[in-house]
Formats: sequence, C-alpha cells, structure tokens
Amino acid sequence: MIEIKEDNICKAAEWVPENRFRRSWAKLKRNKAALVGGILLLVYILSAFFAPVLFPGDPSAPNLIRSLETPTLREPLGTDELGRSILGRILYGSRISLLIAVGVVSVGIILGIPLGLVSGYYGGKVDFLIQRVTDTMLAFPGFLLALALVAVLGVGLKNTVISIGISMVPMYIRLVRGCVLSVREEDYVEAARAVGTRDVIILFRHILPNVMVPITVQTSLSMGMAILFAAGLGFLGIGVQPPTPEWGTMLGSARSYLFHAPHVATFPGIAIFLAVLSFNLLGDGLRDALDPRFKI
Amino acid sequence: MSAQTKPLLEIKDLRTRFHTLDGVVKAVDGIDFEVYQGETLGLVGESGCGKSVTALSILQLLPCPPAEIRGRIVFEGKNLLDLDQDEIRKIRGNDISMIFQEPMTSLNPVLRIGEQISEAAKIHKGMTRQEAWRWAVEMLRMVQIPGPGSRSRQYPHKFSGGMRQRAMIAMALSCNPRLILADEPTTALDVTIQAQIMTLLQGLKDDFKTAIVLITHDLGIIAEMASRVVVMYAGKVVEEAPIKALFKDPRHPYTQGLLGSIPVIGRKEHSGRRLQEIPGIVPSPLETPLGCRFHPRCRKVMARCCGQEPPMIRLAENRRVSCWLEA
Repeated sequence: MIEIKEDNICKAAEWVPENRFRRSWAKLKRNKAALVGGILLLVYILSAFFAPVLFPGDPSAPNLIRSLETPTLREPLGTDELGRSILGRILYGSRISLLIAVGVVSVGIILGIPLGLVSGYYGGKVDFLIQRVTDTMLAFPGFLLALALVAVLGVGLKNTVISIGISMVPMYIRLVRGCVLSVREEDYVEAARAVGTRDVIILFRHILPNVMVPITVQTSLSMGMAILFAAGLGFLGIGVQPPTPEWGTMLGSARSYLFHAPHVATFPGIAIFLAVLSFNLLGDGLRDALDPRFKI
Repeated sequence: MSAQTKPLLEIKDLRTRFHTLDGVVKAVDGIDFEVYQGETLGLVGESGCGKSVTALSILQLLPCPPAEIRGRIVFEGKNLLDLDQDEIRKIRGNDISMIFQEPMTSLNPVLRIGEQISEAAKIHKGMTRQEAWRWAVEMLRMVQIPGPGSRSRQYPHKFSGGMRQRAMIAMALSCNPRLILADEPTTALDVTIQAQIMTLLQGLKDDFKTAIVLITHDLGIIAEMASRVVVMYAGKVVEEAPIKALFKDPRHPYTQGLLGSIPVIGRKEHSGRRLQEIPGIVPSPLETPLGCRFHPRCRKVMARCCGQEPPMIRLAENRRVSCWLEA
C-alpha cells in the first residue's frame, strides 16, 4: 500500500492552475497592444534612469552658437532656441514626467482611497458630505481644476504635482466608493464583522484588496493623464518652470519658432504623445488581464 | 433544562424593523425565547419569517438605519442592545459567533485561509501573528481538514464547499465561544456533506460545551441535532416545544403543516395520501394579516382568528403555542 503523506496531498492541490497573478500575467503578455505600451514605458523608465549616461553634460546649459539647428547625426533631434540638445532634454524630461506621473497618482491615491473607502462603507451623512464635495470638484473639467489650483498655489514642480494630484482625487473617490458599495455587501465582510474585526481592518484588509483591480487600471490611465495635464500647464507657462527640461514647457517655448524650426516643437510633442499612449495601452491591457470575467 | 437554571441568552420582546421607502418592514415582531448553556435550540420556519434577522439582531450585524432593533437581548446578564459598538465587538466572535449559510461566499477570496481563521484569535486573545496562525492550524485540524499546515496557506478557491464550511466552523470556534448562531449551516451543501458537517458540529459542541442556535428550515436536521425547537412564522414565535413533543404532538396548525410536508418514503402506499403542502406563501412583512398571521393559510381557521391575535398559551413548563385552538 502506498503511504499517502499529508504534504503530498497538498502538493497535488497546488497543481490546479488557479494562480490569479500568473494567469493575469499570461493574459497581459498575449495582449500585443499592452506589450507595446509596456515596452514603451520601459524605454522611458530606462532613459529616466540612464539620462546622465546617455547624455553627459547639463541639458539646460545654453550654447547660443548652435541655436535652432535642424537634426543632424551629431544632434539627432536638433537643438532649441538656446542651442541645447533636444534629445538630451527629452531624456532628462522623462525623469520629470515620470516623477510627475508617480507624484500625481500618489496624491490621488493617498487622499482618494481612504475617502472613497469611508464614503462607501459607512454611507449616510459622511457619504453625503464626501460625495457632494466630490460632485463640486467633478463639475469642473479636470484640467481647469488643476489650473485653478495652480493659480492658488503658484507655479513649480511641487505645486504642479499637488494641483494635478488633487484634481484626480474625486475620480479615485468615486471609483473606490462604487466598488466598496458592492464589496461591503459580500458575505465575507459580514463574516469578518461577526468575529469582531475592527472597521479599519475590515476596510484595509478585507475590502481594499478586493477593489485593487479597478484602482490599478485607473492608476495606469491616470499616470498618462497626469503627464498630459502637466505638459498642458507647462505649455501655458504655469507648470514646471524653465530651464527644467519638462516636455510641455519645451513645447511652450518652441511655439514661437513653429514655422522656421518645427522640429523644436515636434519632438517633445512626440515624447508626450508616446508616453501617454504607453500608459493608456498598458492600462487597457491591465483591465482586460485583471478582469476575471474577460477570458481570452 | 429546568426553569431554575439561568439561561445563557434570553430574548425578550425582540422587534427588528426596517424603515424602507415602501414602509416599515417588521421582520421580527416581538419574539421571546431562551437558550441554555450547552443546548442546541432549533429555530425553524419558512424562508422570510425572520430567522436570520433574529440571529443578525443578536450580534447587531444589521445596518442601523435602516434597521431598528428594540427589546432586550440578555446574554450572561448583560443587555446586548445597551452596549456600544466597541463592547459588542468584543462579544462578536469571542462569546457569540456565527456560522453563515453560504460557505462559498463567506470567505474572503484574497486572504489565505489561515489568516482569516486567525483573525478572531488575534483580536480577542491578543495573540501575535505567528501564535494565531499556529492556533488556526490547530483549529483546521480539529475540524478534520487533512494537511492543515499547508491548507492554512491556501486561498479559499482551493477549498470545496464542505471544506469551506469546515473552515467557517473553525473560524467560529476559534475563541471558544459560549454560543454559536448557525444560520442554515448546511443549506448550500449536498446531503452527504451535510451529514458530515452536522456530525462535526455536534461533536465539537459536546467537546466545547457550546450552546448552538440552529437556524434551518430542514426539520430532519432539527430532529437529529436540537433538544428544543422554536417555530417562527411571519416574525412571531408560534410554537415552542421539546424536540420529541414537537414531532409527536405538534399543536400549531403551521407546525403540523411543516411536519406534514416532509416526504416519507412508502407513506403513500400505506395511507393513500399525497404529500401535504401548506397553501399560499408567507405574507409580506409590509402587510401582515390582521388577527393571527397564519389565518389566511390555516386549515383550521375560525372566525376569531381573523380579527384577534392569539395570545401565547403556556401548555407545559417548556411548551407554548400561540393559537386560538388551545385557548
């Protein structure tokens, strides 16, 4: 007779290919658009990390003798009005843009998730109050809200991040609240309450992990939007200030030379376009991969 | 179970209402019963007659508002309805715990089984994470889950329905509560698993001297497990009796109907009768009938049933019925 050990039984159970993470990862890999998005994003992350290696020297140091040069072998993307390498500035600019993207969603998540959780879980007056404030904020187009906040806080990288971050908060509140409304009715939440679990623990350990999928997708999409908003503020001259190599700011100062040196505006524009595209493709791919109902 | 021993749980005139847009739903409308140390009390009735709401009211797991709980729920001398949120939280899972109907949805899919079972021990016994985890493994072993060590590290999707219900029982028992509210613990399981779970529960009950309130509409389970039965209809208690007396001599027409609707193999052959049903359905709690709530469906309805609500009539020490036939 074969001796069955406990451990062997359980190893057999491990065979069930039910690992959600692995399955989602497989689905994500099969999604071509998401793959392109992921690779593009990786390129941006690498260039942000290795900008000083790829472009030794100060990207903000002017060299007026070589201003507005068209792309050549030595300067693949040409130079701007102050003779600075556009490639170098775009490489360094990816640092700024990724920083903004991460900063903005951090603000959105740190404020939006707890407020959304509380609003959805407790309901009643708290919910009413939070939702009416959210309504008011959502009444303004996101960019306009960010613009208004910049007008209050002032220009600069930090204030750009805070302003755009706050303009994203209502979206997170709504998203999280909506998900919590359905998850809080689940039996396992009631079961957790029935063993005497504290509300804080129910919110963060029992409910939050169950609403992480939409939050993850939203975060990816929000990062793209954050870059776009920050570029918009930069373009208007009220975002990150020159000489910091921010793409929108570069675009803004290139506006004056649009007709006789179009490359100065084109390349930062492409950089913004591809960065936003990468986040959006990845976000869409994540949504499909993480949604258990959407089997490929 | 004499009247001298103090009951563990005493419910007095419990009324649970929900204020909805359609009106006030009186889900539980003035019920009384007691549960004694170490006994199994069956709470029986059709769907929608307030059994689950009673259990949820005891632990105050209903959202208030829209719910409104009135009356007295005395557990070991304390009225649970007087306690604040923090105090009732200390009772939940520690002194009184609950087993839910749906094992498939009562475990959180994103947390490991061990983590969920150890939660109560961490909260009420102040155990550290490791201690509580070891405790959870012990509990899994006790509810006869093979390979409890590695099973505790798995997520609920790897557990079958019966195993999940065992895990739920482990969770409910982990702080050695004095009372378990088992809300249709086997309804969602198939019959062979039902028997296993019931045997397990009975065994654990004897080991731990825990009292159980067994809520079910399955009289077969009641017959095997319970020592006393409280029959509920439309938010009211209609009959209470020791188990043998109830099956031998049901007094309330509703109880008679419930017992008559159990199929007995071979009965038709002998009696030539078809299976009896109780005509009609449980009235909506929004518009309960005047007089006796059961009168529109009662086979023995009399004129006074339609106008006057029958009083609770005590027939023996632990036998009572609410019916004009007995008055």
